[in-house]
Amino acid sequence: MNKLNENPIYNNDIVKLFAIATVFWGIVGFAVGVFIALQMAFPVLNFGEYLTFGRLRPLHTSAVVFAFGGNALFATSYFSVQRTCRTRLWGDNWAKFTFWGYQFFIVMAAIGYVTGVTQAKEYAEPEWYADLWLTFVWVAYLVVFMMTLKNRREPHIYVGNWFFLAFIVTVAVLHLANNVAVPVSFLGAKSYPAWGGVQSAMIQWWYAHNAVGFFLTAGFLGIMYYFVPKRAGRPVYSYRLSILHFWSLIFMYIWAGPHHLHYTALPDWAQTLGMTFSIMLWMPSWGGMINGMMTLSGAWHKLREDPVLRFMIISLAFYGMSTFEGPLMAIKTVNALSHYTDWTIGHVHSGALGWVAFISFGALYHLVPILWKRDGLYSMKLVNLHLWIATLGIVLYITAMWVSGIMQGLMWRSYDSMGFLEYSFVETVMAMHPFYVIRAVGGGLFLIGALIMAYNLYRTARGDKSPEMIAAEEIAHA
Amino acid sequence: MLKHHAKIEKNSVLLLIFTVIVISIGGIVEILPLFRKETTIEPVQGVRPYTPLELAGQNVYIREGCYNCHSQQIRALRDEVERYGHYSLAAESMYDHPFQWGSKRTGPDLARVGGKYSDDWHVQHMSNPQALVPESIMPSYPHLTTRVADLDGIADDLKALRAVGVPYSDDMISNAARDAYAQATQDSDYLDGLLERYGDKVNARNFDSQNHTSEMDALIAYLQVLGTMAELKDYKPAPARGGNQ
Repeated sequence: MNKLNENPIYNNDIVKLFAIATVFWGIVGFAVGVFIALQMAFPVLNFGEYLTFGRLRPLHTSAVVFAFGGNALFATSYFSVQRTCRTRLWGDNWAKFTFWGYQFFIVMAAIGYVTGVTQAKEYAEPEWYADLWLTFVWVAYLVVFMMTLKNRREPHIYVGNWFFLAFIVTVAVLHLANNVAVPVSFLGAKSYPAWGGVQSAMIQWWYAHNAVGFFLTAGFLGIMYYFVPKRAGRPVYSYRLSILHFWSLIFMYIWAGPHHLHYTALPDWAQTLGMTFSIMLWMPSWGGMINGMMTLSGAWHKLREDPVLRFMIISLAFYGMSTFEGPLMAIKTVNALSHYTDWTIGHVHSGALGWVAFISFGALYHLVPILWKRDGLYSMKLVNLHLWIATLGIVLYITAMWVSGIMQGLMWRSYDSMGFLEYSFVETVMAMHPFYVIRAVGGGLFLIGALIMAYNLYRTARGDKSPEMIAAEEIAHA
Repeated sequence: MLKHHAKIEKNSVLLLIFTVIVISIGGIVEILPLFRKETTIEPVQGVRPYTPLELAGQNVYIREGCYNCHSQQIRALRDEVERYGHYSLAAESMYDHPFQWGSKRTGPDLARVGGKYSDDWHVQHMSNPQALVPESIMPSYPHLTTRVADLDGIADDLKALRAVGVPYSDDMISNAARDAYAQATQDSDYLDGLLERYGDKVNARNFDSQNHTSEMDALIAYLQVLGTMAELKDYKPAPARGGNQ
């Protein structure tokens, strides 16, 4: 560890809080995911009124995207912006407000989902009062981040911070435009969104696809640009590529939304624009992946020694895979088959589990020893165990969803020799059962991996060392 | 390029402004033209705002998260049209705030489910789907039959929808609760007013055969009207541009 990281001017307390919240909400979100996966395999698990799939699915998506992913972004952005600007995070109380305010938003949204309070817009389900509250928290986040940049003691703003800034400001724009609504009364939860029908569909998928593009991509690329070079001990592969990557990625992502609406009542020209930009998006996405992976050039041997770095590089591999699969699925003729099926669910999870969660796990393993001032993790063996259990879980998950999604899409459009549709809908549901079981097993493995991580991080924070680490140190000292 | 980029890299406000400009272009180009309704929504007769009871039903549909597993958007593809009926038109969801097109078909599409099954089938299916379709993985919703629909305040919902552009008249708003109960009651004295305001095609009956007006009544009223409003017989798609006509 270099001297700067131990410098007391940094606000590490706030990063600690967000890191704990990341682990906590991650486990909640993964556990709910495993549960609803089991509900699809065994519908008797839909208990009563409050715990049906319809109410728990938004709880799962929000818990993993906004609670786990959001807290990971807060933690890593607050950690890295201080170090790359060589200044303390601006406004201790503002930062604290972003923490408690954000957790309050999560709890408010979660209670709403279970009790049936929802706007019925995917990834934007919270009702008007929670949206309004989130707006305050988000403005505070932008202020804290901008003021820290302003106070920096480096002439240049580091590339990781461009991505964090683009993520923060774009999410603000998306959130505001998608959630304009008229409440039925000021004391009630219910509101009606300002946009209806086809405009509502376009605005919603402009929002939702860029929740992927900016929340789950630009933000996590900010993590990649700080933590991969740091962990590898090498500078970013190409500065020029970083500039190209940044501007082309943020420009193109915004256009991709209509690929969720192929062959629908959305005008054709908008569908075609969405498809075109989605295909072009492949290039900046892979530019970013290459920039991250090639950062290891000259240091590839570290992959053999450091499972934390392995997490980060595997996450980039998954990023590359899902950003190839995405453009493919955005092609109209492919989408005709894949849309409405589990293929989409598999695609999302190769990105969410493989890319978003893995880069976060890598960052957490890197952060926790620094934040709690320990000279290393409790156990590297457990990191490795987590890595392989989680990877196996992801592979089971996405292959099961590929098979069930493509199978169902083909069954829906299958004709018999007389020219009639061959399968009734429920026959396709029956055919998917084994894959729903495999998917739940894959998700279960991923959850077990996260529990191993929580244990490892807890022991690290306490200052413990596993026997294997002590032995390794003795060998090093001998 | 690198030299000019240094200016942005050294100024956080400039970086912020450029970012906002760059991310705004795509959204503006794709979204703003859609608000010219004459080019977005094809002319088709018959689509009307939901009756108060149907609206209450849609709110139950939303509350239970039905959209997570059921789409309401039939794509213009041969097998979908054969399985579900005429492909969905933009006009058919123009009064849905928000749209209910969905993104996943864990269960079948519901855009044209109206009139396909009897009321009694819906009551039994919602209370216990596996009793009718043993292989179904749908959760059961028995609480919808027992719970009385909250219809007394439904006028406020109509008012909010009018504020976002749904053409509810003063007459519709002042009679909202009465219309809601009238639709779910067999031979109601107030039926004429309801039909006058929303048209003769409105399904008015006691949907779940219980004495009280339940959430099940509201939900079935909503499901039974889905996809049945537009006069599709008279609808002629615009000719494709460019080729010989």
